Amino acid sequence: MNERANIFGRIREALRVRAPIPGTHAASSGIPKVDTVSEAEAAKHISEWLPPVGETFEQRVELFRANALDLKAEFHLLEGPIEMADHLRGVAASADWKKVATHSGELTDRACAALSLPWITTDADYDVRELESCDAGISQCEALIAQTGSVLVSSQSSGGRALSILPPHHVVLARRDQLLPDLPTAFAFLKSKYQSDYPSLISFITGPSRTGDIERILVLGAHGPRKLTILCL
Amino acid sequence: MSAASQQFKHDAERLTHDLRHRSLIQTALKKYEVARDSKKSRYQDWQSARQTAAEIKWDAVNHLDTYLEEFARKLEARGAHVHWASTSEQARQIILGIVREKNARSIIKSKVMTGEEIHLNEALEKAGLTVVESDFGEYIVQLRHEAPYHFVFPAMHLVRGEISQLFEEKLGSKPTNDPEELMMIARGILRNKYITADIGITGANFAIAETGMISITENEGNARLTCALPKVHIALMGIEKVLPKLEDLALFMPMLATAGAGQALTGYNSLYAGPRQSGESDGPDEFHLVLLDNKRTHLLADAEQRDALHCIRCGACLNVCPIYRNVGGHTYGTTYQGPIGSVITPHLRGLQEWKHLSYASSLCGACTEACPVKIDLHHHLLQGRRNAMARYPVWWERLAFKGFAFLVDHPWLVALAPSVARVAQKLHPLIKGTLLDPARPWTRSRELPKVAKQTFKEFWRSRKR
Amino acid sequence: MCYPRVGISIVQILERLGHDIDYPGELACCGQPAFNSGYWNETRPMAERVLRRLKNAEAVVIASGSCGAMLKKFYPDLFANTAQARAANELAARCYEFSDFLVTRLGVTDLGAHFPHRVTFHDGCHGLRELGNKKQPRELLAKVRGLDLVEMSEAETCCGFGGMFSAKFPMISTAMGEVKCTSALETGAEYVVSNDASCNMHIQGLADRQRLALRTIHLAEVLNSR
Repeated sequence: MNERANIFGRIREALRVRAPIPGTHAASSGIPKVDTVSEAEAAKHISEWLPPVGETFEQRVELFRANALDLKAEFHLLEGPIEMADHLRGVAASADWKKVATHSGELTDRACAALSLPWITTDADYDVRELESCDAGISQCEALIAQTGSVLVSSQSSGGRALSILPPHHVVLARRDQLLPDLPTAFAFLKSKYQSDYPSLISFITGPSRTGDIERILVLGAHGPRKLTILCL
Repeated sequence: MSAASQQFKHDAERLTHDLRHRSLIQTALKKYEVARDSKKSRYQDWQSARQTAAEIKWDAVNHLDTYLEEFARKLEARGAHVHWASTSEQARQIILGIVREKNARSIIKSKVMTGEEIHLNEALEKAGLTVVESDFGEYIVQLRHEAPYHFVFPAMHLVRGEISQLFEEKLGSKPTNDPEELMMIARGILRNKYITADIGITGANFAIAETGMISITENEGNARLTCALPKVHIALMGIEKVLPKLEDLALFMPMLATAGAGQALTGYNSLYAGPRQSGESDGPDEFHLVLLDNKRTHLLADAEQRDALHCIRCGACLNVCPIYRNVGGHTYGTTYQGPIGSVITPHLRGLQEWKHLSYASSLCGACTEACPVKIDLHHHLLQGRRNAMARYPVWWERLAFKGFAFLVDHPWLVALAPSVARVAQKLHPLIKGTLLDPARPWTRSRELPKVAKQTFKEFWRSRKR
Repeated sequence: MCYPRVGISIVQILERLGHDIDYPGELACCGQPAFNSGYWNETRPMAERVLRRLKNAEAVVIASGSCGAMLKKFYPDLFANTAQARAANELAARCYEFSDFLVTRLGVTDLGAHFPHRVTFHDGCHGLRELGNKKQPRELLAKVRGLDLVEMSEAETCCGFGGMFSAKFPMISTAMGEVKCTSALETGAEYVVSNDASCNMHIQGLADRQRLALRTIHLAEVLNSR
């Protein structure tokens, strides 16, 4: 508690002198815009400066698809649950999955029923070693973000913290209405959904796990999933 | 000359002559530049985005007490333990205290620059713990017992052959030239470390006052695993990392990725709001956050350079810095390399010992232009020189400039200059390049220009007649 | 002293355009070396002399982006909160780097020059980043007959001069110069054109020592070629 007081004491002492305005040369002065621009206005501007996202659902799906391709993630827009089940069975067969991990949910329940493979869930306490031995983690998500090709997951909606990161293949099941245009919208969505009671993990997953630590050469599957598949119904 | 300054000059001398190093770094950073430009061009208005980011950071840093208080209160309300450390020593003791209380033996770490700053690994190892860095680049430099070369790309100075050899020696793996195979060797080893570690230690890229969360940006998923599997999560961060609102991340996450690594968004941007909450199936039982001052308030007190605390550690200023590109990261001898390091290190670690860093710049301004939060980096280096010379002037330099000012103040003396220079130029070959040569720093590698037959002043006079 | 052709070219160009020129011969230096070394107190007497002498000039044309930045951007810093603050700000508003003066102030880009060579342009850092002069020199070069401008990949990268930096850290300065020269040579240009004589001095000094087929020339000299 003592150091807390010391630190705050030094901060308050330091802040008695006003700092120059960002982006201006030291000799000039003025009041920064943040004091006058309302939050809503600022958020609107952020959308205006980030990469464009298109107006219609079709444009945004195409943007998501292009971003996913760029990130080396797989994205499929499917007609409905039957097609999703077929698709998953195809992936499972070609990758020779033996066991998968998932959590209970509207889409995941159907998927696991269709797969007829042994599965574990991470809904309650589970064995980490067992999760690690699964060939794939199948989860739902909070949202998809067209602007960046990201999947938004949380500990509440996507089977906890480890399911989407520990198995070597992450399969995301999403509904069309979960596609959001951009990052500002994604944060607005989180705020209105959770008010102040947020899940303890919220993560924007943008492509499969990757590293460029050797000679800036891209390698997929650094520590997390080597493959990311997004199926949207 | 300070020890740090001597070491800097010594290493700079060596690395500027190392053409292999030069080509390796230039090539890697050229790749970065191409990617960055392509991603930047997708923004509707990058410059406005920069200005807003700078203003949000201005607000955050200039009301740091308010936001920090709000952040700590909200995080504590979610069951987290918040610790305050004024110094490196206090931060180390806090972390060691938690480690001892938990009887922990093994620790997995994701990239923590503040950990480098306080020499955390050394302290933990001294206390008998096993500490493993999980970021691939950090893992490599840890095996080499080396400091990170770049605070975003820690192993940028190494080629795959060297990494293969390192793994062969330290891990007993088979040699390979394939980056993917090398990654898989590390992945195989580290997977088990996550599962068996008692404690996970991370840093934080941002802290959100409004919601009491920390945000961690990474590509590999190692921080995600570090925060998911061990039963205790300790995060260490500087007090300046706070942002007011959750939605501020909508701007900072993509800008960090684009400016720092030429990506649209980094692989994983994760928000952690305390330990595992009721109804959740996994995650740590305990979450400790250590907030570190370590002279940040000293920098805060310098209103002129306060914006250096806006830094989001993207590394863009290093990547574009022609000094960094030629001397490399280790030469700086600092935790934070490049222009931002040269600005903040004298504040954090002492002006007299580190003032040479503000001089080790041509003041070209590429850093300032690249900074996504518009820190006035190269002008701060200039101010750093002024501050240093106000307190620690070099007597002969000051005398020389006084003499020069005297000369400039007497036009008849200036008028003699060309004649003097012509004579000097005739005599110069006798001593050129030797220790007697006053122009030696220049003439060792470069020719001096010739004094013209007719100077401009002579031309001007002849013309008026 | 070493590059009289720069000043002579500027005088001849401006006189052809019908301007009266005053050359403040007794001003030898703007004080930048002392300023950049951190000796601001020692700089002020030199800078005050400049303020006094240029008080009545309608426009001040400066041959180098670096000196231009000193007068235009750093004098206001140097004299902030002093009695001369106003004078420094007023002078700053009347100062122009040469290419900026032609393009922005006079609105002239075609000077009837003829320079039948392949050239590449080096952006001096101060002119480029402190003064924002990126387009001006290129607009002027575009109108030069026979001139073929090939941009180098490192056009905006510092040549490594940096004033006293080149003497305090000669090894870094030289390495930076080598990167610059390599990039310039890649273009196959005969000349490196710049609007900063100090960058030219550095690039030429290095090229001469290493016997590289590079010649530097000031923008004003190119624009004064017929």
